[in-house]
Amino acid sequence: MNINADIAKTYIFSNKKLTAVAALGVLLGMSVYIFMNSMMVGFDRSANESIFRSTPHIRVYKEDVISQVLVQEHPENYLIINPKIVPKNNRIINPNLIIETISKEKEVTVVTPQVNTSVFYNNGKSQIAGLAIGILPNQANQMYNISSFMVEGLFDQLKSNMNGIIIGSGVAKKMNVTIGDNINLTSSKGVNRNFKIIGIFKSNNSKVDNVNSYINLSTSQQLLKEGNNYITDINVNIKDPEQAEEIAKKLAAMTGYNAEGWKQTNETLMAAFRMRRIVINFVSLTILLVAGFGIYNILNMTVTQKINDIAILKAIGFKGKDVIRIFVTQAVSIGFMGVIGGVIMATIIIKMLQHVYIGGDIGYFPIRYELAKYLQGVGIGMFITFWAGYIPARKAASVDPVSIFRK
Amino acid sequence: MENIILKTEGVNKFFYDPIEFQVLKNISFEVQRGEFLTMIGKSGSGKSTLLYILSTMDTEYTGKLYIDNQLTTGLSIDKLAELRNEKIGFVFQFHYLLNEFTCLKNVMIPALKLGKIAPKEIEERAYEKLKILGLADQALKPSNKLSGGQQQRVAIARALINDPLLIMGDEPSGNLDSKNTNIVFDILQDLSKNYGQTIIAVTHDEDFAKKSDRTIEMHDGEIKSA
Ligand SMILES: Nc1ncnc2c1ncn2[C@@H]1O[C@H](COP(=O)(O)OP(=O)(O)OP(=O)(O)O)[C@@H](O)[C@H]1O
Ligand SMILES: [Mg+2]
Repeated sequence: MNINADIAKTYIFSNKKLTAVAALGVLLGMSVYIFMNSMMVGFDRSANESIFRSTPHIRVYKEDVISQVLVQEHPENYLIINPKIVPKNNRIINPNLIIETISKEKEVTVVTPQVNTSVFYNNGKSQIAGLAIGILPNQANQMYNISSFMVEGLFDQLKSNMNGIIIGSGVAKKMNVTIGDNINLTSSKGVNRNFKIIGIFKSNNSKVDNVNSYINLSTSQQLLKEGNNYITDINVNIKDPEQAEEIAKKLAAMTGYNAEGWKQTNETLMAAFRMRRIVINFVSLTILLVAGFGIYNILNMTVTQKINDIAILKAIGFKGKDVIRIFVTQAVSIGFMGVIGGVIMATIIIKMLQHVYIGGDIGYFPIRYELAKYLQGVGIGMFITFWAGYIPARKAASVDPVSIFRK
Repeated sequence: MENIILKTEGVNKFFYDPIEFQVLKNISFEVQRGEFLTMIGKSGSGKSTLLYILSTMDTEYTGKLYIDNQLTTGLSIDKLAELRNEKIGFVFQFHYLLNEFTCLKNVMIPALKLGKIAPKEIEERAYEKLKILGLADQALKPSNKLSGGQQQRVAIARALINDPLLIMGDEPSGNLDSKNTNIVFDILQDLSKNYGQTIIAVTHDEDFAKKSDRTIEMHDGEIKSA
């Protein structure tokens, strides 16, 4: 062993209590950092999963237009009093061509048309407002993986039954219906139609479960008294959801329609997530930093206590950088012990939390061992530790032995 | 020329705090190889200040210092540290051992730092040095469990470990009783006579000085008699 490391080791073990306190500080900071950040990743993942059960990565649609002045020259000289939304419908013209073009993009995994219809679910006297989503069953299942959150019935039956409907568990409960029952839908165009309930889903997002139902695309078009070319939305899934906003821009430019990424669609939710991320990052970093201060304090104390030792070492030929190495080694060793302990501690906490049942839309605590967060925590922990040692070590290195010997 | 191991040329030193004050005035002298030199003088006459300059730890002076025919004035701090490690051994008035290490380890540290020979061999040599100083049985005790005189001797053993060209001591027997002073003196004299070791020691002890090869007397920052 190198003599600098040897001296550092002696200092670490000659003051076991201080070393233990500093290492314990790092241990706590480290475990809280890893645990909180893993928890955040888990929350985000479970939230995204829940979002993607009812939202595509990108939605291509036609925006409502406000009536505008028709005069071409100097439109600013004219004014429309009380402008209204142009009474055109939101249909996408030539949807097949657009679907084909979008499919050719290499980032795109699924493209599927969709027609949403506002409806009333009627069962006897009870009536609730809802949304019937007209889908192509195969593609929609690829996109939302609906069959995975079906609680009753078989999703595949929707393909063969034009009068079939899959309703949310909330709707089923409120209407007091179950699989095999009939349910009557009234569309916004006044069309009435009976459906046979072939399945019930539970997406764990109560807003969706209480309102939505899935029907065939063509049935949905009939509810709106439209032909089979009537499409309001084209939904797109891509390989990496994080790129949704960029690709949406590209699709908008390509098709001439509006394209909106899922983050934009869920703006409010995303803002809340961002805030959560900021708070967790801030808190966990602060805790690590406080642990760093612990090491800094103890190193500072050691340097003050050992000022005679430092003077002797310099007198017998240790250089400034040797002195720095001694104290940085001490700090980094303490930090390392704390980091290892913290990693173990975090793993235990996560293991325990995984077995905690939260209930509600979440179920079991959504936390996993996030390797990236472990590495990040270890990296930041060692970085802070290094500086917490380096600053006092530099002070030690600049000790003038003569001024110490004179005292 | 061959036999001059340390030489100063016109060394001056000033302190500026609290007022400008010249501690050392035009100090020029030479030390021969194997010489046992003592420095005496009234308190405040500048002995320690001069010794710190000779030891290369204090670099804030004017004039020139040669050690082993090499001009050390103006060398970098790191170079000076290397030079001290290899060529100079120190014994201070207040023992200045590393408390948390055993006596043996204290003696070994300068050699481990130098890194010229294997640790195993260093350990053997450190034992040897401690034996010369009559401390072989104390080798594995923590250094702060030793008496003052014993600690002083461990410090001498440490100064010897790298077989330095020069041993410097600032009142190496300063806080010892007469019996221990004699022991320290005998050891230094033995080193000088039988091992050809060069020694520069600051002392207040007239008897101690008389027994050395040569005595320099300092007076108000000047050398009175060489
Ligand atoms: N850091 C300093 N700043 C200002 N003056 C100093 C400083 N160190 C020493 N002096 C002064 O320099 C002079 C010489 O001090 P030095 O320690 O060399 O004396 P000395 O001969 O070793 O005395 P003693 O025998 O008491 O050890 C003294 O007058 C002292 O007050
Ligand atoms: Mg003095």
